[in-house]
Amino acid sequence: MSYQQVKFYQTGTFTIGNRLLDEHNQTIQSQRDRTNSLNSGHRACQGCGEALGARYAVDAAMRAANKNLVAVNATGCLEVFSSPYPESAWQIPWMHSLFGNAPAVASGVAAAMRAKGKKETRVIAQGGDGATVDIGFGCLSGMFERNDDVLYICYDNEAYMNTGVQRSGSTPARAWTNTTQAVGTEPGNPSGIGKNLPAIAMAHHIPYVATASVADLHDLEAKVTKAMGFHGARYIHVHVPCPLGWKSDPALTIKVARMAVESGLYPLYEAEHGSVIDRTPIRRKVPVERYLELQGRFKHLFSDPPDVAGIAAIQAIADANIRRYGLVDQEVQGGT
Amino acid sequence: MKQQIEGSQAVAKTVALCHPEVAACYPISPQTHIVETLSRLVKAGEVGSCQFLNVESEFGALSVLIGASAAGARTYTATTSQGLLFMAEAVYNAAGLGLPIVMTIANRAVGAPINIWNDHSDSMAMRDAGWMQLFAEDNQGAVDLHVQAFRLAEELSCPVMVCMDGYILTHAVEAVDLLTQENVDAFLPPYDPVQLLDPSDPVSIGSMVGPDAFMEVRYLAHHKHLQALEAIPRIQKEFHQQFGRASGGLLESYKTEGAETIVVALGSVNGTIKDAVDDLRAEGLAVGAVKIVSYRPFPKYQLRQALGHAKRVIVVEKDLSVGKGGILSSEVKMAMRHLPVMVETVIAGLGGRAIPKASIVRVVHEALSEEGLEEPHFLDLNWDVINAELVRQQAKRRSGPTAENILREVGTLGVKAG
Amino acid sequence: MERKPFAITLDPSSSLANHTGNWRTMRPEYADHLPPCNHACPAGENIQAWLYEAEEGKYHEAWLKIMEDNPFPAIHGRVCYHPCQDACNRGQLDEAVNIHAVERFLGDLATKHNWKVELGAPTGKRVLIVGAGPSGLSAAYHLARFGHQVIIYEAGPNTGGMLRFGIPKYRLPRERLDAEIARIEDMGVMIRLNQKVEDLQATIESEKFDAVFLAIGAHLSKRVEVPGRDAGRILDALSFLEKMDSGTPPKIGRRVAVYGGGNTALDVARTAKRLGAEEALIIYRRDREHMPAHDFEVQEALEEGILVRWLRTIKQIDDTTFTVEEMALDEDGKPQPTGRFETLEADSLVLALGQEVDTSFLRNVPELEISPDGVIQVDHRMMTGCPGVFAGGDMVPAERTVTVATGHGKKAARHIDAYLRGAEFAKPASHAIASFARLNTWYYTDADQSQQPQIGIAKRQVSFDEVVGGLTEETALLEARRCLSCGTCFGCDNCYGVCPDNAVIKLGPGKGYAINYDFCKGCGLCAEECPCGAIDMVKERK
Repeated sequence: MSYQQVKFYQTGTFTIGNRLLDEHNQTIQSQRDRTNSLNSGHRACQGCGEALGARYAVDAAMRAANKNLVAVNATGCLEVFSSPYPESAWQIPWMHSLFGNAPAVASGVAAAMRAKGKKETRVIAQGGDGATVDIGFGCLSGMFERNDDVLYICYDNEAYMNTGVQRSGSTPARAWTNTTQAVGTEPGNPSGIGKNLPAIAMAHHIPYVATASVADLHDLEAKVTKAMGFHGARYIHVHVPCPLGWKSDPALTIKVARMAVESGLYPLYEAEHGSVIDRTPIRRKVPVERYLELQGRFKHLFSDPPDVAGIAAIQAIADANIRRYGLVDQEVQGGT
Repeated sequence: MKQQIEGSQAVAKTVALCHPEVAACYPISPQTHIVETLSRLVKAGEVGSCQFLNVESEFGALSVLIGASAAGARTYTATTSQGLLFMAEAVYNAAGLGLPIVMTIANRAVGAPINIWNDHSDSMAMRDAGWMQLFAEDNQGAVDLHVQAFRLAEELSCPVMVCMDGYILTHAVEAVDLLTQENVDAFLPPYDPVQLLDPSDPVSIGSMVGPDAFMEVRYLAHHKHLQALEAIPRIQKEFHQQFGRASGGLLESYKTEGAETIVVALGSVNGTIKDAVDDLRAEGLAVGAVKIVSYRPFPKYQLRQALGHAKRVIVVEKDLSVGKGGILSSEVKMAMRHLPVMVETVIAGLGGRAIPKASIVRVVHEALSEEGLEEPHFLDLNWDVINAELVRQQAKRRSGPTAENILREVGTLGVKAG
Repeated sequence: MERKPFAITLDPSSSLANHTGNWRTMRPEYADHLPPCNHACPAGENIQAWLYEAEEGKYHEAWLKIMEDNPFPAIHGRVCYHPCQDACNRGQLDEAVNIHAVERFLGDLATKHNWKVELGAPTGKRVLIVGAGPSGLSAAYHLARFGHQVIIYEAGPNTGGMLRFGIPKYRLPRERLDAEIARIEDMGVMIRLNQKVEDLQATIESEKFDAVFLAIGAHLSKRVEVPGRDAGRILDALSFLEKMDSGTPPKIGRRVAVYGGGNTALDVARTAKRLGAEEALIIYRRDREHMPAHDFEVQEALEEGILVRWLRTIKQIDDTTFTVEEMALDEDGKPQPTGRFETLEADSLVLALGQEVDTSFLRNVPELEISPDGVIQVDHRMMTGCPGVFAGGDMVPAERTVTVATGHGKKAARHIDAYLRGAEFAKPASHAIASFARLNTWYYTDADQSQQPQIGIAKRQVSFDEVVGGLTEETALLEARRCLSCGTCFGCDNCYGVCPDNAVIKLGPGKGYAINYDFCKGCGLCAEECPCGAIDMVKERK
């Protein structure tokens, strides 16, 4: 883990803030002077995990960059709900170009800053899973292999949500979407397909790759802060539940994300130059059912009779993650 | 001072003199020598702090420039044909955002079938995107237009394509007067953006605009081009003052005084056309030529001035709107609205087919004859090959790919003699 | 930058014009809920509030908080049966917060540093308190803080009541007791010992008291007839324990039998052991499950070697031979004779069968209602049928514990104060209880309950040293920090952090938060992620 967990302060470092913590252990989100990079008045759905994740990540990047930061955004929910004319919710310099080119546009901004000798101005690029894993993949890979000085943050809600919930290369096995509906012999998204972007990022041997979740703010902030300490291409993959597309209760967005982490389905780890160097252990392990049952997109697994084999297959994924990353009281096992 | 130099290299050296700050390039024939030369100049430290990025695709290339330009950098790239289409989304995006990017288009045909030789189908495909499109007749023109392009683009916050015929110009070694850094610096001020990604003064660029304001935004983009119709001649004048050459401008007339027939074209074919006009004048025919330099903005009124007195205008264009015919000719026709001028369409030079002077002369004679020209007229089309293929297609449904059949028919990859 | 392209480029935070608050169907409201510990405390302490102070190391502030309701933290921290801990929500997570241990720590710290409380301006009113037990002393304390002049008449030779005469030293060291009583005396409360009130009416009139609080306790032992034994060898528990304090311990012989199953019976048996009895045997008519004594005290007693004969009643005593009958519990839990008998040997018998109130001195008080079982009836103001005469503690109908008595003292004092001003005291309405279901327990750190040290068995059997020790400061601090702050915002910033719409305003250190209803979409994340359940989601009103 990037940060030192503090115990015995009632809530230690589990809550956003804690009046008993020293300043260096306090989160950026707990500060009254946090940037609020994504301000109020945006049109995200109630309980939007991406809106939350974006503020978390960008505020942390702003702090690390001493407010000297430019953000490039791909087309998608985050861009659409934050910048409909005449209202922009962004407090920072921000640009939206196209769906598939955010990494390239960011590379361009970084190149411009270099050309102008503005060494202190840092650049982040952000996009959803569709923009990152599918349509923007070529540009992302190019940015990685050139080692352009950009931190790319992917907010993964596991489908094309802004266009009405369609399958992306990040949609998990057996999940309902409008283009992988819960009908036929294999309801939901087929298993055995899809991309593991963090692993692909690691294969480019860029300085820093990490996975994070809106359920663990301390972890996310620490990773963004750490990433900003590097120069070169960096990648952070943030898990963000979407109440609309996942058919979950908006009030449970953080709980759903927490269950994903605590079940092992969404492992939290960091890698440098292609090798995993650390992971955030699971605190209270739960079976995958605790995660799946909160979401209507997995409802068909719990029909009558329940899809025992399907759930078991998902549990197997979680168990494999736990083994590979040593998520439960173990040393990290695999390198990549 | 003039020197014998390949067109591509002349352009690259000229662009370098313009102090680009970010260049992002993806190689594609026939643009390669431009980007190779520029990359060498940058790497050798001759272009200041310019950042040269070797990107993963043309879409990436223009996207990099979109970011760089929004961050206040002067930006440049070059592409053609397939590459231009691959970055099509970004082409519209750059114009829509009003970013003064300058891009060389080494005009080349667009497949399928794949063809690396010159025609104008690539830049024609992007004519409505909002970029200004300036066409060079020769390599001197190409050099001069690039400098003017940066000036024009930045003054109006609108991207500019400088179009030069692939291979014909890019790979031709001609005498070119390369500009001096001093003169370029006197002519081209530093880039002063109308919008900037700046942490000290944040803005959000690229919002979503709905029905309530989109038409207005699009009109304003169009308006920039209307302003350019004034700016281009002005910049031409200033360029003349600085460099001693009347390069650029909206269009150029050749022997159109008293001409009853005027031939209109874009690009390098104008050289051949002027030679043909000389021959035709020598025959006693009242023929002239107009070279359009600024295709976008389209110089409607200036064309009307230049062509309005003629009886007949023959538009020779290296492009084809499949299913319709000419593109430029329709626009010229529109410019002649309500005037009694006949506008003929001659589709020529597709995929690099040569346009010999004799063919121009002949087509003018045909236009002036009793039968006249079909609409559109395909210059030097091999009807035997066409007819043989049509018969084949009638006889057998799965008769094989058209292109391959034709190639077999013509024997080798030969261009019809001319 | 005036040249920004129309519509394509926007100013930062121009979205603030879009009041997304109009999306709401539910709205969050900060609503403190009643911590179950507070609710359960008979002394009405605001436990969550003083733990909050203690968490920050503000022990003085924490102690002052306790003192608002209870003048005896060092005492209660030792003798209270802590119903707060039974109610503590943490008990459903791992183990209850060791509240009484922290309270004891604070009380002892206050004694050590000689901390004092502020008094109100003198009112000139005079209040008589009859009885210097916990109830009377508590009332005296609160009345003195209100600024009234208080005089306590205590019939016995010393203060403390059951605290001194009923609870053994090994549970409540006398210097601890004396220190907290001394603080009350230092506040100007006059205590007259050996001062029995014979006629209350007369005393009120002659000494011109404006109000009276009766708190004489129930110090008469219930007796039962046991055939065969002469009265001299049978002691009652209260006399036995009283003698312990006088310095002349009673003679009990080698083997002591104690008849009864309450805490007093256990105190007697454990005291007997310490006095040197080889055998201390409790005879009780029901079983351990039905025994009224608190289980931890039974546990401590058994550890010390106290023997217990469950389900037995004494039929007859011949010298040292006790004939006891085996009982069986019927379906109502009542013991029924089985007809089977056995004998036990013991040198003395102590009866610990319950206590009664001595109401003789109240004969002349008009309209006082005394129940058949000897307790005085009081209304919600702790006032008897006689105006201006209040009562509390063991002498009124209630559970008989020190804490209840202390609570009565406070309650009565408040109503007496109102009565003296010619006003009514209305207790503010309570919030709804902060149930466990409202908490989001994931956020709390894992921490086992801190345990107090105990002296070894061997030492316990031969000395009257305090059995249970106190927590160190570090441990007390840690323990205080185990509090979940149920239903009461403790400034964790979760709501401020988890709102995707940045619609929670952080007001400043110690000032809490406010919802920005212009932008709140009512998603409910704040309420869900509030660890202590201090946010309600209510229907939006249109």
